[in-house]
Amino acid sequence: MSAITCTELCKTFQQGDEIITGLNKVSLEITKGEFLCLSGPSGSGKTTLLNALGGLDTPDSGEIQVGEYRLDKLSKGELADMRLHNIGFVFQAYNLVPVLSARENVEFVMQVQGVSAAQRRQRSDAVLAEVGLAGMETRLPAELSGGQQQRVAVARAIVSKPELVLADEPTANLDSKSAAQLMDLFVELNVERGITFVIATHDSRVMGYARRLIHMQDGVVVSDEQQEPHAMDV
Amino acid sequence: MGGAMSTVMVLAWRNLWRNYRRTLIMLAAITVGIWAMIFMAAMMRGMTDQIVENTLNTLPGEVQLHHPEYRRDPSVVNRMPAPSAALREALAAPPAVAWAARVRVPAVVASERDSRGVILLGIDPQKEAALGSLPEEVIEGRFLADIDDRGVVLGASLARRLETGLGKRVVLMSQDPDNNVADRGARVVGIYKARLQGTEDVFVYSGLAVTQAMLGIGSDVSEIAATADDYRLMGDWYQPIAAAAGPGFEVLPWPQLDSFLDSMLRVQDGFSLVFMVVIFLALSFGLVNTLVMAVFERIREIGLMQALGMRPGLILAQVLVESIYLLCLGLLLGNVSAWLTIKPLESGIDISAVAQGVEKMAMGTTLYPALVVQDMVMSTVVVLGLGLLASLLPAWRAASLDPIRALSRH
Repeated sequence: MSAITCTELCKTFQQGDEIITGLNKVSLEITKGEFLCLSGPSGSGKTTLLNALGGLDTPDSGEIQVGEYRLDKLSKGELADMRLHNIGFVFQAYNLVPVLSARENVEFVMQVQGVSAAQRRQRSDAVLAEVGLAGMETRLPAELSGGQQQRVAVARAIVSKPELVLADEPTANLDSKSAAQLMDLFVELNVERGITFVIATHDSRVMGYARRLIHMQDGVVVSDEQQEPHAMDV
Repeated sequence: MGGAMSTVMVLAWRNLWRNYRRTLIMLAAITVGIWAMIFMAAMMRGMTDQIVENTLNTLPGEVQLHHPEYRRDPSVVNRMPAPSAALREALAAPPAVAWAARVRVPAVVASERDSRGVILLGIDPQKEAALGSLPEEVIEGRFLADIDDRGVVLGASLARRLETGLGKRVVLMSQDPDNNVADRGARVVGIYKARLQGTEDVFVYSGLAVTQAMLGIGSDVSEIAATADDYRLMGDWYQPIAAAAGPGFEVLPWPQLDSFLDSMLRVQDGFSLVFMVVIFLALSFGLVNTLVMAVFERIREIGLMQALGMRPGLILAQVLVESIYLLCLGLLLGNVSAWLTIKPLESGIDISAVAQGVEKMAMGTTLYPALVVQDMVMSTVVVLGLGLLASLLPAWRAASLDPIRALSRH
C-alpha cells in the first residue's frame, strides 16, 4: 500500500539570472512503513523533494499523492490541515518555539488539532518519556541540550500519531552520540509503530539506518536501492 | 478551533514579553496617549458644560413653553394662559427640578435723563431662584421680594446708561393687548451685576403680578421655563410636558431654543473624536513598528508553525491578539491613570491666571473637568479600532509568509 506517490515532479528556482533545477521529472513510490533516506550533495534536490512531499512547497508540474490527498489540488489552508493531521516534521535546526516548554512544544500540534487538555497532557508526557525526556517536561528549549531539543522535536512530530514523518538533516547539529540515539529512536518508532520515515541527509552514518536509499543529483533520482540497515558506530 | 485559539492566546501573551523593554516602552506610550485623550476630553467637556450651563441659566430653563407665535413676535399679544393643574403636575414631575412662569415682553425704561429699549421680565422670585435664573449678584439694594413687589431691579450697565441709581424712579412702558400704551412708574430697588454686559443692558426685573396688572393680561404669561438635573439628560422628558400643555403651546427643549449651543456640543464631541484619532494615529506608528519588529524577529517560528499545520488565519490572529493584549493593557492603565488624575480635579482648577476674558465666552475662571463614561468608551473604541487596523499590516505579512523561506531565514 502506497504512503506517497509522486509522478514527474519538476521544480525550478530563479537565482539572479540563473535558473536552477530543483527537481527534474522525479517519480517515486513510497510504501507504508518504509524507512527511507534521500541522499545526495547540497543542491541535489533532496530537501526540495522532501518539502514537496510535505506540502510545504509546490512543484511546477507533476502530481503528488500523500495517502488520500492529491497535494496539487489542495489550497494553502487545506495543505496546512493535511500537514497538521497526517505528517510529522523534524527539521535540521531544532525548531522549537522558544517561549513554550518541552511539554507545550509537544502539545502544540494537538492543541491546534483541538485535542482536550487532559488527553494532550497524558499523550505528551508519555511521548516525552518515550524519547527519554521524562522529568524535563517543564524545561524551556534554552534549558535543553541540542540532542534533547531534537528529541522534543521528534516527540512533537510523532505525538499525534502521523503515518508519515519527514525529517530534513535531523542529525546535522548533533554530536555522534546524540545522532545515534536519535536514529535508534527513529528505527524503534518505525518498527514498533509502523511510521513511514523519509529522511533527507548527506550523513553516510544516517544512511546506514535506511532500508531504502535514494540517491539524488541535480534534481534527478540517480539510484534507488534496498539495503541491509546497520546502526551507527559511535 | 477553541484549542487553536487558546494556543494563539498563550503564544501571543508570552511573545509580548519576550522583548519586555520594547513592550514596556510601547505600553507607556499607549498609556500616556489614552490618558491624554481622556484628560483633554474631560477638560473640554468641563469647559463646554460651563458654557452651556451658564448660557442656559440666562436662557433660562432647558424646556420652554410659549404661544406658538411668540418666538416670531415676542409681544404681549402672543401670550398664553397661566399653566393648568395638569401642566403644573407635568412640570413638577422628575426629572424636572424646577419651573417658573414669567411675563417677558419688549419695553422701554425711562429715567429723568435717558430711555432705553429693554426686555421686561415679570417674575416670581422664589420660582426663578429655584430655576437658577436670577442675576448672579445684586450689588446694590435688594432683589424682588415676591410677585407683588412694585420695585424694579436694573442691570448695573443699564443704570449707568440711564444715569439713574438705587432709590430713584423710572418709568416702564410697553403695549397692552389692544396696542395701547401700558406704563407705570417704579422705584429702583436693586442693581444687579451679570457676567455679560449685554445681560445687564437688556433685562429689567419686575414682580409678576405687578407686570401682569400693568399690561392688563390677568394671569396670562409669556413664557414657562423648566429645568432638570442635567442638561444632557434632556432625552424625551419634555414630551409629557408638551402633552399636558396641549396644542395651543409651543414646547421646545433647549437644543431647539438655542441651536448654537446644541451645535457647539456636537462640535465638541466631534472635536474630541478627531483629537483622539490624531493622538492614536501618532501612536499607531510605534505600534506598527513594534509588531513589525516582533514578526521580523520570529519569522522562523512563524514558518515552523505553518509547517506544522497552523493555518495562516491563526498566524494572523496571533499577531492581532498580541496587539489586542498591548492595547488592552494600555487602555486599562490609561483609563485608570486618567480617572486617578481627573477625579481630584473635578472640584475645580483655577485658571484665572491664564484665562483673561473667558467670562465673555460664558465661562468662569474655575474650570471643572468632567470625566464621563462616553469619553472613556470613545477612546477605547478609537484605540481598539485603529489599533487593530494598524496591526493588520504586520499580521497579514506574518500570515502570508512562505514557510520554506521563513524556515530557511537565519
